Amino acid sequence: MTDKTERPLSPHLQIYKWQITMAMSIMHRATGVALTFGLFILGWWLLAAASGPEAYDQFRSIIGHPAGVFVMMGLSFCLFYHLCTGIRHLFLDSGLFFKIPEIYASGYTALVCAVALTAMFWLAIVF
Amino acid sequence: MAYGDLGSLIKSHKGGLKVPLTQARGLGAAHQGVHHWIAQRMTAIVSIPLLFWLAWSIIGLVHADHATFVAWLAKPCNAILMILTCVTFIWHAALGCQVVVEDYLHSEWFKIAKLIAMKVVLFVLAVACVFAVLKVAL
Repeated sequence: MTDKTERPLSPHLQIYKWQITMAMSIMHRATGVALTFGLFILGWWLLAAASGPEAYDQFRSIIGHPAGVFVMMGLSFCLFYHLCTGIRHLFLDSGLFFKIPEIYASGYTALVCAVALTAMFWLAIVF
Repeated sequence: MAYGDLGSLIKSHKGGLKVPLTQARGLGAAHQGVHHWIAQRMTAIVSIPLLFWLAWSIIGLVHADHATFVAWLAKPCNAILMILTCVTFIWHAALGCQVVVEDYLHSEWFKIAKLIAMKVVLFVLAVACVFAVLKVAL
């Protein structure tokens, strides 16, 4: 085990030119990691419900606090972004949308859908 | 090439003649085959309807107190879907985080430690979620 590589290993982000395609791909991963932390809130919600009314009220007061709502807004956007770009990645995996205009169009479509779904989700909660 | 030269060439090659066979069996640089890739996509596809169900449910449950939420979760349909959602999301998260760790952590020991820690924590979370739903529903 002495063949340790000294050269930079891919992906070495510092040499990429920033553009929508790579930014969306990185954001897909970043939102995925953020959502993994969000799963602990899902677990907390369920455990609070299983623990009784006091624990559940405590959970509701923390999530209902403006800071909690702010975090949930961020997580909900991460969720819908990861959903939309994830569906796009499934198309890319099957070999579709690989022409340059298509890859840009599907990228912007996914972004618009993510913003629209997040807005609809919060409008449904408020009204 | 004399036999002596070939022998020293094989001996100097790390792992001798076994290397090409292990690579042919999918044990090359990735140390595994395509199972991870397939599982990641399968859990992703299953997550799509579950995500819409969860979002729709949350919209209806935002103002619910403990008794209302427990009554909702105790319905078999909701309990089953909630367990499926937790397991599918956590499974998908474990697979996704594994790729991120493999791609961005280049220290082998730190990488392995991080992968084990991540999977153990997510497994505990999955057990906790399933237990919580069952405790409410049963």
